[in-house]
Amino acid sequence: MKKGTDWRYRVSNREAVMGTVLAILNFIWWYAFAYGLGGRPIKEYTYILGFPAWFFYSCIVGFVVFTILVWIMVKFFFIEVPFELDETNEDGEGDVR
Amino acid sequence: MNWDVILPLAFFLISVFLVGIYTSRHIKSGPSFLQDYFLAGRELGGFVLAMTMVATYGSASSFIGGPGAAYQLGLGWVLLAMAQLVTGYFTLAVLGKKFAIVARKINAVTLIDFLKARYESKWVVILSALSIVVFLFSAMAAQWVGGGRLIESFTGVSYTTALFIFSGSVLVYVIAGGFRAVVITDAIQGVVMVIGTVIILAGTILAGGGIENIMGELRAENPNLITPYGSDQSLTPLYVSSFWILVGVGVVGLPQISVRAMSYRNAKAMHRAMIIGTFVVGFIMLGMHLAGVFGRVVLPGIEVPDKVMPLLALEVLPGWLAGIVLAAPLAAVMSTVDSVLLLVSSAIIKDVYINYIKPDAEEQFVKKLSFGITAVVGLSVFAMAINPPDLLIWLNLFAFGGLEAAFIWPIVLGLYWKRGNANGAIASLIVGVGSYMFLHLNYPNLWGMHTVVLPIVLSLIAYIVGSFTKGVRPHTNTF
Repeated sequence: MKKGTDWRYRVSNREAVMGTVLAILNFIWWYAFAYGLGGRPIKEYTYILGFPAWFFYSCIVGFVVFTILVWIMVKFFFIEVPFELDETNEDGEGDVR
Repeated sequence: MNWDVILPLAFFLISVFLVGIYTSRHIKSGPSFLQDYFLAGRELGGFVLAMTMVATYGSASSFIGGPGAAYQLGLGWVLLAMAQLVTGYFTLAVLGKKFAIVARKINAVTLIDFLKARYESKWVVILSALSIVVFLFSAMAAQWVGGGRLIESFTGVSYTTALFIFSGSVLVYVIAGGFRAVVITDAIQGVVMVIGTVIILAGTILAGGGIENIMGELRAENPNLITPYGSDQSLTPLYVSSFWILVGVGVVGLPQISVRAMSYRNAKAMHRAMIIGTFVVGFIMLGMHLAGVFGRVVLPGIEVPDKVMPLLALEVLPGWLAGIVLAAPLAAVMSTVDSVLLLVSSAIIKDVYINYIKPDAEEQFVKKLSFGITAVVGLSVFAMAINPPDLLIWLNLFAFGGLEAAFIWPIVLGLYWKRGNANGAIASLIVGVGSYMFLHLNYPNLWGMHTVVLPIVLSLIAYIVGSFTKGVRPHTNTF
């Protein structure tokens, strides 16, 4: 990174990576439960609250877990940065337009 | 006429209409008019932002087509629909703060403003504006047909009258109120969608005698209905997974979604929107599609999948409640078309007219033009929707996948990869749209995946290769 890069971009890059990692974990959770449990013969299915176990874990628990994970990620790891800066300090040539 | 159903619906339409008119009083004139009309002055709070993303993204297919498919295919289709959970947080995390900061620095109002400043290329602007106008116009017309059919099916008025009621109410609040009216009505519509989901799901479970009973009957009818593979075993893991691209992460490339990432007030609003948005998207998708599956037990033998939701609502709920629930798909359609309408008119006014035809246009004139073009676009969509031509239906097929393939890399890599340049963006736009159309026509679902996957890979390659050719690197320090 060359000098003069807006410090807020580092925050936003880090958060974009976190969002992507969470999306990948979300996919793995969803896929593993759906096809891991759901791929068995139907006779061996177990049921939770009436739903087949694969569906319960993949779609319902997955929905709850990832909503909570998003909350944790945003609450504890995302940083509130100002969107408007006084352009005259630090990055003097920042505002080229 | 079924007045029980019509009264709540009419009440809903009129409320939305009044809110639109009311918000029009907030539009400032003067130098901030464009920002205000097309972006609500960049002051959206978290709740409104979350709801407007959800409502814009949740179209007729989430409430009509999706549950219909779930009715036919079973839990496998609900699994597929849940790929959308990721859109709630992924789009905002990726576009994130950087897009908002850059947009403020360069004073961008539209997605194309961003692309123009980033790539400094006339061709990027022209190709993007063209894709937005052509594809979104067709997508919009298709949604209007859906809205008209919906009103027609509940009220029994003719299709043309229904279309007239529908487009009349949308047009008035969009033209008068601009983006602010759109997002505020979206927020109301988002709440209606959530309430509608709760009611219809609860009603269906009760009518079906509980979840356990419903699952038992489904298994007895066709055990495949409760597997992840669909009633006819057509849903392969690869095919279902490819929807993570189409309706999950690829949504970053949709202009109507990315423009919202310019409009939040501050980082706090964006954080709240991610949490609320994830919950609401997940809740609506899970609830509506499950209701579709359960509906198979309550109302067996429906031949036309698009009628599953309306018939189910009328079957399991008292009339007035059905009216409220049926406002949900109408809300979904309206909140999608209102945003798209504004996007098309902003592409014409801001991106083409002010950029290339008359950069020094007077404020007062721009204001009149904005109202005028929005009206003209809306009326032409109305005219198209009365009797949709084949070309329109044909183009609509390509709209979402084509737009995603076109824009995802110019947006994402434009933000995060400094080497990316105009050659890359142009190559990516052309290869994305071109390969999507070609594959869709000649090799749909190639290798068992949804057609959108390969064009997104190809346009990535095109972007990278293009960016390594000699090209002008933007010299600004803005990005």
